[in-house]
Amino acid sequence: MKETEDHATLAEAFNADEPRVNWHDETLWFIRQKRDKAAHTIPDWELLRETASQIKHNVLSNLHDYLLQFEANAKANGIIVHWAADAAEHNQIVHAILQKHGVDRIVKSKSMLTEECHLNEYLAEHGIEVIDSDLGERIVQLAKEPPSHIVLPCIHKKKEEIGDLFHEHLGTAPGVSDPQVLTEAARQHLRETFLTRRAALTGVNFAVAETGEFVICTNEGNADMGAHLADVHIACVGIEKIIPKREHLGVFLRLLARSATGQPITTYSSHFKKPREGHELHLVFVDNGRSTQLGREDFRNSLKCIRCGACMNTCPVYRRSGGHSYHAAVAGPIGAILAPNLDMKKNADLPFASTLCGSCSNVCPVKIDIHQQLYKWRQVIVQEGYADRKKTMGMKAMTQTFASPSTFKLAGKAGRWFMRNVPFVLNNKMNPWYKQREMPEPPKESFGEWYLRNRKKTDE
Amino acid sequence: MTVGLFIPCYVDQFYPNAAIATLELLEKLGVRVVYPPRQTCCGQPMANSGFEHLTKESNDLFIKNFKEFDYIVAPSGSCVLHMKEHLHSDRYPAEAKAIQGKVYELIEFLTDVLQVENLQARFPHKVGLHQSCHGQRGLKLASMTELVAPAFSKPEQLLRMVEGLELVELTRKDECCGFGGTFCVAEEAVSVKMGKDRVADHLQHEAAYITGADMSCLMHMEGILRRQKSNVKVLHIAEILNAQEL
Repeated sequence: MKETEDHATLAEAFNADEPRVNWHDETLWFIRQKRDKAAHTIPDWELLRETASQIKHNVLSNLHDYLLQFEANAKANGIIVHWAADAAEHNQIVHAILQKHGVDRIVKSKSMLTEECHLNEYLAEHGIEVIDSDLGERIVQLAKEPPSHIVLPCIHKKKEEIGDLFHEHLGTAPGVSDPQVLTEAARQHLRETFLTRRAALTGVNFAVAETGEFVICTNEGNADMGAHLADVHIACVGIEKIIPKREHLGVFLRLLARSATGQPITTYSSHFKKPREGHELHLVFVDNGRSTQLGREDFRNSLKCIRCGACMNTCPVYRRSGGHSYHAAVAGPIGAILAPNLDMKKNADLPFASTLCGSCSNVCPVKIDIHQQLYKWRQVIVQEGYADRKKTMGMKAMTQTFASPSTFKLAGKAGRWFMRNVPFVLNNKMNPWYKQREMPEPPKESFGEWYLRNRKKTDE
Repeated sequence: MTVGLFIPCYVDQFYPNAAIATLELLEKLGVRVVYPPRQTCCGQPMANSGFEHLTKESNDLFIKNFKEFDYIVAPSGSCVLHMKEHLHSDRYPAEAKAIQGKVYELIEFLTDVLQVENLQARFPHKVGLHQSCHGQRGLKLASMTELVAPAFSKPEQLLRMVEGLELVELTRKDECCGFGGTFCVAEEAVSVKMGKDRVADHLQHEAAYITGADMSCLMHMEGILRRQKSNVKVLHIAEILNAQEL
């Protein structure tokens, strides 16, 4: 199998089309600005973030107890609760439920967890058709692509491209890119799907331990449409999505949509507590590496994430490299601290796809120290031997030079001499700095040398 | 009070004028400044690349060079932040901890320790201020657009004391320039694109100079400006605060 290309390579390809990068950057920056405006409508915004962070801290410290509390309450409500240790088990559980009901086609609302578990592919291999009902997800599904953003799955697509896809798959007229027309076409197509599917799969935003209910936030109402029209509703949830009490929704729902899109709240915040008469409601708890991450002290806070995507929208690297460059279900800064836990070798490049500017940590509604974790993952990845050899050799040489003041002075002097007198040694295409930037103009004298001539005598 | 002058390796080698301006500025403000000659690098390039375990020697060297001073001041937010967050030593643990409490970036040393209220400086030009991330978000030299908090800016506070200087407003006040240490070569395409966008913001607002507290960001943006054959120059903020132009 072809090895996945790394972030730098994929991002370079993305940057081949600069106007498109500008458009991608501006689109996401617009959402970041909407988020800023929404945040500023709440004077106690920073207190709200801190509160959410502390609630999640309590959850992570007592996860075992809250999960059991949720399970007991959910069972009492009539929800059938399942436990999956990993992605494979999750997929098998979902498949078994569908088999039991003889269902071969389902409708699914947005769930990044099922992306993480590659459920669609698994079910397709077992002859079950999945239609994603979130508009953005449906678009990328038709394009046979993964989502490029956890909240805005098709943010990388222009409306003209969506028009072409809809023309091909949904029969809209060629060349139509009017969002109103395209949305109406999707609406008719999905309506037929909602009405005919006997099983619906959804994600979960919050599972409330105190009541055994769960909450799904959507703007399109597609989770409700799917779940209410189907006989069987399967909700898949990562074990970290627990909150202790219903009143805590008052904190998280205020933060989630403001951080995600700048809306005060999602259009729908739907509570599911028990199945209707004659219907089945399943909930599948998935670990898939979360317990491991919980055990990594430096990285456990990443499990506080409520999947708002604010860190992506603010990330200057994400905006200019596109979600697909991250080659993981969750892209951007949060993806870069989650993915190495799942597969360190494959995702060794991701923590390096950052300048450590820290903007992600500042927008995070649950105050995950994302950029500090990126730094820490870099140390772990190098220690575990996943850094490339060339880089390791370079770093060792650098260390030697800096360890000795005289070597450093000599190297600096020699370097500057070369740059002044034989600039082509560095000014060529082998030097990635020089490709699109001039090298600094090397002065004849370093500061150290200047100081020696001008100040040293007065010191002594 | 004696200040140990900590000059980042690349400033020493490529931007001696920024270091000279820092020294002169501090001396002008009545501070006794000493430059320990055996300094090299703070170790940040290695640490940020995941090789913090290789920084033992540069850490110990740094401690030997600077432990005796009342304060340590550097014209770089990034290197200072690295020392504050990551300096450690098995051989000199107490000294390492003490240094973390007395190492200052130049701007914050001027505003917080010396509490400078006026400067004898004149620089009659349009200037764009680049807020370097490590100085701004790390050392909190200025308020950050992400946070709901009162606005302040220590570098602006000082630049406003400079006669004739006109600060330009930027569309994106605190977006990263894309330098990012080894990121600038490891992720060349994104790094350059970020730099081009940052530079364009300054150009659109007709800055004649781009300044900031970190020469590394400025070096990156200078490389782009010069490739574009732009007349816009970069200058370390110390050079502007020390300027006596007529």
